[in-house]
Amino acid sequence: MGKIALAFLLMLMPLSGFAMAQESVRIAYIDTLSGGGASVGVARLKAFQFLAEDVNTKGGILGKKLEIVPFDNKTNAQESVIQAQKAIDSGIRFITQGNGSSVAVALTEFVLKHNERNPGQEVLYFNYSSIDPVLTNAKCNFWHFAWDANSDVKMEAITNYIKANPSIKKIYLINQDYSYGKSVRAAAREMLAAKRPDIKIVGDELHPMLKVTDFSPYVAKIRASGADAVISGNWGQDLALLLKAAGSSGLDVNWYTYYGVATAGIPISLKQVNLNHKVFGVTEGIANVDYAPSREFEKRWRAKYGEDFVLFAPRQVNEIKMFVAAAEKAKSFDPIKIALALENMEIDVFDGGKGMMRKEDHQFFQPLYVASFGELKASEPFDEEGTGWGNTVVAKIEAKDTLTKTSCKMTRPQ
Amino acid sequence: MLELVIISALNGVLYGLLLFLMASGLTVVFSMLGVLNFAHAGFYMLGAFFGFQISKWFGFWWALLLAPIIVGLIGAAVERFALRDIHRSGHVAELLFTFGLAYVIEEVVQIVWGKDPVDYRGPPSLDFPAFSIFSTNYPSYKVFMFAISVAIFVALLIVIKRSRIGLVVQASLTHPQMVAHLGHNVGLVFTLVFGVGIGLAALAGVIAGPILQTQSNMAASLIALLFVIIVVGGLGSLAGAFVASLLIGLIQTFAVSLDGSLASLFGPLSPDAPQFLIRNIWTVTIAQVAPIIPYALLILVLILRPMGLFGTRET
Repeated sequence: MGKIALAFLLMLMPLSGFAMAQESVRIAYIDTLSGGGASVGVARLKAFQFLAEDVNTKGGILGKKLEIVPFDNKTNAQESVIQAQKAIDSGIRFITQGNGSSVAVALTEFVLKHNERNPGQEVLYFNYSSIDPVLTNAKCNFWHFAWDANSDVKMEAITNYIKANPSIKKIYLINQDYSYGKSVRAAAREMLAAKRPDIKIVGDELHPMLKVTDFSPYVAKIRASGADAVISGNWGQDLALLLKAAGSSGLDVNWYTYYGVATAGIPISLKQVNLNHKVFGVTEGIANVDYAPSREFEKRWRAKYGEDFVLFAPRQVNEIKMFVAAAEKAKSFDPIKIALALENMEIDVFDGGKGMMRKEDHQFFQPLYVASFGELKASEPFDEEGTGWGNTVVAKIEAKDTLTKTSCKMTRPQ
Repeated sequence: MLELVIISALNGVLYGLLLFLMASGLTVVFSMLGVLNFAHAGFYMLGAFFGFQISKWFGFWWALLLAPIIVGLIGAAVERFALRDIHRSGHVAELLFTFGLAYVIEEVVQIVWGKDPVDYRGPPSLDFPAFSIFSTNYPSYKVFMFAISVAIFVALLIVIKRSRIGLVVQASLTHPQMVAHLGHNVGLVFTLVFGVGIGLAALAGVIAGPILQTQSNMAASLIALLFVIIVVGGLGSLAGAFVASLLIGLIQTFAVSLDGSLASLFGPLSPDAPQFLIRNIWTVTIAQVAPIIPYALLILVLILRPMGLFGTRET
């Protein structure tokens, strides 16, 4: 009797999973929900859920509701793989992740292996933030899609901006000592040499990641080098503490960064040490871009989360928008069909203009903005983190000027 | 060159004193009570957040006064109602308890203040450059921090070594029964000492918060470095902690400004040397390894002089 009951239960199990999948299409959000990076991870989760609500109030995708299922990876590569397996075991076929390139590399390799071993059970990996160029070059694969401009693309934008500013003559590079920081410095050296051979690189620093509490010695070094501009790919406390130390000691240089604008915690630090339009960042969009739809979205978002200064990233909006479009184009939730529909797909991006998912490497190309943080003009309604200061667009770099070469050779399913 | 040396020396001393400010409470608790308090950095963080909240309501100076007292009282309560009972079960139980407490504090801080950094600033009255050397400004807030650190060092030294209270406290640690028979309340002494140690941690938090980032993960990165300081200085030695803090501050600061590597000393390796391992070690600069040097120092001290620079007993 017991055996029969067990067999009956086993028969029911896949059925119940199937019944659930009927109601909604699920994306597993595997990211940092505890520990040091949690502030970013939780904010991004809220943004994805906000976007899913938007999709669902408009009737969902192909009649199904979109659901974001959170998994905590503790910013750990091993843990991410375990969580991804858990997600797949529960029937999820789409994974999204963004924080930490080491995690992204582990996930993309895991997804590739999984898909090779389980034909018919393919999984897609939507990477919304990890920007190590290796992901769309040496380690690229058919199942991985990147929505954020990778590190090389961002450097292309920064150096194009520097190229047009002849007053910059001496540049100091300071980056975190791991694969991402090293790729930032390598790209900076290569592109500066090509675009502005007259610029002298007066320093090239790698410091341990997230271990430095006092950046004054680094600031002293930058000052001693006589640099008039600094390029840094730093993020999190490594950027906030560096800029704070620089500001409070009165170091007068311009900062060209990846994350100096539109990341949590930085605006407060900059206002504290009074760095007014000294810090520049490159991003796919900021609140003050003069484009009605994005400003309208920003208002709705801030009405809900503005008091807690929760940030979303425009690339998240683009990702969900394209996922919906791809499913509707493919008329299916089959991962392979969606992946094929995403290739070369062109959309109107969140902050206006066209963006395109390049087929060769699955890297998304979009207009990029160089913005600086400081006092606002009257036409700019949005400040950041209650500081009264906000982000101003200094330059827009069109998508076609950010195209980089890729060494990606992916095998596609037949 | 001279410029960089002077600036680095100044930066090193300032950083070292900040480290001492954070480590002083830990040393007091360890040397007096023999409790290795893993939650110390947690209380330091609690101090920073209380400081932020109180300074938002009443101003920075009130925060400087009230936050250490409130957090110190919390610390005293922890000693009285938890640690005292656990003490009987030995050091491992204490260690585990404070370890768990550190997590609890972090979670509580995240629930109350969130995970993002908060906008905690020093007093406007100290918001001007105190002096400037080679066009580097030194904010008066850092000078204020310098003064507080030195004052705490001197005050603690006097209280422990020269005052009656210090004598009773020291005696309570080694001969608790005898002290109790002489009519002192040993339990109360322990509670007070723990409270003062935690209060010092909170004071460090109030002062360091505006310079560093006041965020719910500020404790995690700190505790390891603080243990290095008290082990290198000699477990339980206040003077040792002071010297070790300055030493580590200076070493780290100077190491950052040095770009030398084995390659620059002995010339590049021949091209047929193995790429793996050797080449990496050969080209890494001193600046790159600077933040790891304290831990190397820790290992050296434990091997060569286990009681630390100024310690009196084996670790």
